[in-house]
Amino acid sequence: MTGPGEERTTAAVRPYVITGGRAGSSREALPLETLVMASGSTLPPTLQPEYRRIAHFCRGLLSVAEVAAHLGQPPAVVQVLLADLIDWGHVVARPPIRAAERADLDLLRKVLNGLESKL
Amino acid sequence: MADTDDTTEPGDMDGMDDSPVMYVQPSVSGAAKILVVGPMGVGKTTLIGTVSEITPLSTEATMSRAGARLDTVVSPSKTTTTVALDFGRITLGGELVLYLFGTPGQQRFLPAWKDLARGALGALALVDTRDLEASFDAIGHLEDLDVPFSVAVNSFPDSALHNEEDLRSALDLLPHTPLVICDAREHKSSVQALISLVSHLIETVAEAP
Repeated sequence: MTGPGEERTTAAVRPYVITGGRAGSSREALPLETLVMASGSTLPPTLQPEYRRIAHFCRGLLSVAEVAAHLGQPPAVVQVLLADLIDWGHVVARPPIRAAERADLDLLRKVLNGLESKL
Repeated sequence: MADTDDTTEPGDMDGMDDSPVMYVQPSVSGAAKILVVGPMGVGKTTLIGTVSEITPLSTEATMSRAGARLDTVVSPSKTTTTVALDFGRITLGGELVLYLFGTPGQQRFLPAWKDLARGALGALALVDTRDLEASFDAIGHLEDLDVPFSVAVNSFPDSALHNEEDLRSALDLLPHTPLVICDAREHKSSVQALISLVSHLIETVAEAP
């Protein structure tokens, strides 16, 4: 991993170099459906280009899966980079509605009503 | 992704998916997901594309290390492997987005499901009556992971007509598991298949002690 302020001289590196090999680390991966958006904070000039690229891309609300697909990066890498950006306050996440709330009738009814309105 | 040669310049758009980016409406406060599962060629991507408001995108899911070790297709030296994942999006009522993830059903891809299934509302299992057996792995895995599901038979022009009882018994479905016939190319039909699933989820929750 390149240290802060160091520029890599190669045009491309294997994805796990970008994350310092942290994909699959102990931190739980951001679910692919998590919605993320840049917070609008000023990015430090030393921030690596991969982070910058994601933060720039997240100028609107998008899921982690969409960010990965549009940028052509493996989700395992994007999940780690986004989690860092969230920790640093450059990106905010709207947490997905998850298993704990699977039994949430209100949510399921919203989904049902929403789908019925698409007919 | 096969495409790893994109440069790291911030403004560089090489290697990106060509689809225009359609951001989620700012009014949306949360996302939920449903899995669309079944064997290759059963119509998962067709169904997702039919109901999605964005052009379906493709990304990949990473299999867990333990899963990858069990996977005989993967060379033992590899600790992770990935599987292509197509997905689409529907905004519901301006406050919620529903993501549909198309998940391949073959036995060797099943380890990739673990993370995807976590937090999913449920799954729609697509079945092709011309090859029922190809769907057994996917349905069995949903049962193992305790993901509630309904079954949609994607009718192809040359699909044989089966009566529902025969299909249910061949797939060994529980009596309350919905079984619908759909045409994944038809918007209304595909939305109705999803409605059958969500109605089933509501009943399951409502009847739970």
